[in-house]
Amino acid sequence: MSIKAEDVRAMARLARLEIAEPDIPVYADQLSRILDFVAQMNVIDTAGVEPLAHPLDLVARLRPDQVTESDQRENLQAGAPSTADGLYLVPQVIE
Amino acid sequence: MSTDFPRSAAALAAGLASGDYSSVELTRHYLERIARLDGGLNSFVTVCEDSALAQAAEADAARAAGNAGPLTGIPYANKDIFCTRGVRTSCASRMLDKFIAPYDAHVVERLHAAGLVMLGKTNMDEFAMGSSNESSFYGAVRNPWDRERVPGGSSGGSAAAVAAGLAPLATGTDTGGSIRQPAALCGISGLKPTYGRVSRYGMVAFASSLDQGGPMALDARDLALMLNVMAGFDSRDSTSIDRADEDYTRMLDSPLTGLRIGLPREYFGAELDTRIGDLIHRAVAVLKARGAVTREISLPNAALAIPAYYVIAPAECSANLSRYDGVRFGHRCNDPSDLDDLYSRSRGEAFGAEVKRRILVGTYALSSGYYDAYYRKAQQVRRLIKNDFVSAFDEVDVIIGPTTPGVAFHAGQNIEDPVTMYLSDVYTTAANLAGLPAMSLPAGLVDELPVGMHFIGNYFDEARLLGLGHAYQQDTDWHRQTPPGVY
Repeated sequence: MSIKAEDVRAMARLARLEIAEPDIPVYADQLSRILDFVAQMNVIDTAGVEPLAHPLDLVARLRPDQVTESDQRENLQAGAPSTADGLYLVPQVIE
Repeated sequence: MSTDFPRSAAALAAGLASGDYSSVELTRHYLERIARLDGGLNSFVTVCEDSALAQAAEADAARAAGNAGPLTGIPYANKDIFCTRGVRTSCASRMLDKFIAPYDAHVVERLHAAGLVMLGKTNMDEFAMGSSNESSFYGAVRNPWDRERVPGGSSGGSAAAVAAGLAPLATGTDTGGSIRQPAALCGISGLKPTYGRVSRYGMVAFASSLDQGGPMALDARDLALMLNVMAGFDSRDSTSIDRADEDYTRMLDSPLTGLRIGLPREYFGAELDTRIGDLIHRAVAVLKARGAVTREISLPNAALAIPAYYVIAPAECSANLSRYDGVRFGHRCNDPSDLDDLYSRSRGEAFGAEVKRRILVGTYALSSGYYDAYYRKAQQVRRLIKNDFVSAFDEVDVIIGPTTPGVAFHAGQNIEDPVTMYLSDVYTTAANLAGLPAMSLPAGLVDELPVGMHFIGNYFDEARLLGLGHAYQQDTDWHRQTPPGVY
């Protein structure tokens, strides 16, 4: 098995994703199988091949630096779990 | 009464134009069918009766004023991944169970401007991650052909709804086969356009370099009519292609004489159900009878598409889904002890198992020390897969094969085994990696279950694919078969 329980815990920590402790071995097993499977890529030598990030090798489009959006704060914050005075509320970060 | 309506959107539009019925009557017909039949299918997560009837009345008024377009007044079902102002957009996730988008997706703007009537939002795999529609927070969708089987995914609700006659048209999105695979397993037609042809604005992101919206319908003509509405440049999507609009129906009646069809030997290998292979060869013979010519071709790196896809898609997914933080929108856990607890518990509570797997795989593939071995390697393989197609299209005009290696599988069969589930997309992911347009059409039945034929075209060659599909459907009636018990 290529992925160990501590690897799952480390990835979950990086992704800020709570995984219940009893599920850790299940994810370790499934992630191992997925990563062993994708390792089939290694049958081919890709030395010198330019990575393809975008199917059409697009270049980012530029636009004039002008304000195009109107203020929609109330509209956009309507779906937020917790706001006050136009601010998003989270647990206290700084003592 | 209900059987008085034709099934295809083109025929329904003709009836609207000649005044046989109004859009309000047509919309009531579909709402009645949804109420009567969807309990056993679970293809809709939200039905919009009031707003649909209001849109239908507007469409009838537009027609009366002489302002009707080709699809004005035609109802459609909208995959619940497209943002709709005022109507919940859930992505079939607990994370967005209460999310009401503050704006419409570009596709939705276009469909509504063209007078289409949204019947509701369709079920899907959570965040479009899945091939069976079993990962939805709202429960699995059933295949109308056999309720014990899956409809495919991720656009399984849209596919099941069209197959069961609950909507004549539906939107879908396709990241690795999510339009084409469910279309195949439910016996309908579906098209994934060239990457960048349909705007991703307001389409909830999964893997941004692969995601593409497209039409799902009963036949190629309806796909062309719907794509005419959906496709177009949008400055709000940074990867939208700035290219003139075109009429996708323009080649529907073009002759096939001399059209070169490539049959990749890698798509007819040992993993394919031989009965499906036989049906595809029989379908190709229909096209040859119309003057198309075939040759065997090779896509040497075809077997690497799924491995590369299952690095790239999870990597992009893990980045895209980092926006769900329990702060700005979406689910928030109760009583977080600190900010980290807020993030990780909100996400842990609201994402399902497949989404979590992909976030973890993607995080791993992008993490320090593994990036070159996984993500960079996959992007290099992606280049080789694209190059295979570029070479193939020097020799042929279109590539044909099966859409899936087997017919619809039983619910629960692959749920514990992600890799087997992933192989359901073995023929479809390459078109996403390369950004090519691709289409699935019904091509027969095996064990009384639908089989899909897969067409891959060159960049921006959707009109040719649709013309080829329409020609095939002139000579066959697989697209007119209906699941048992829905009519």
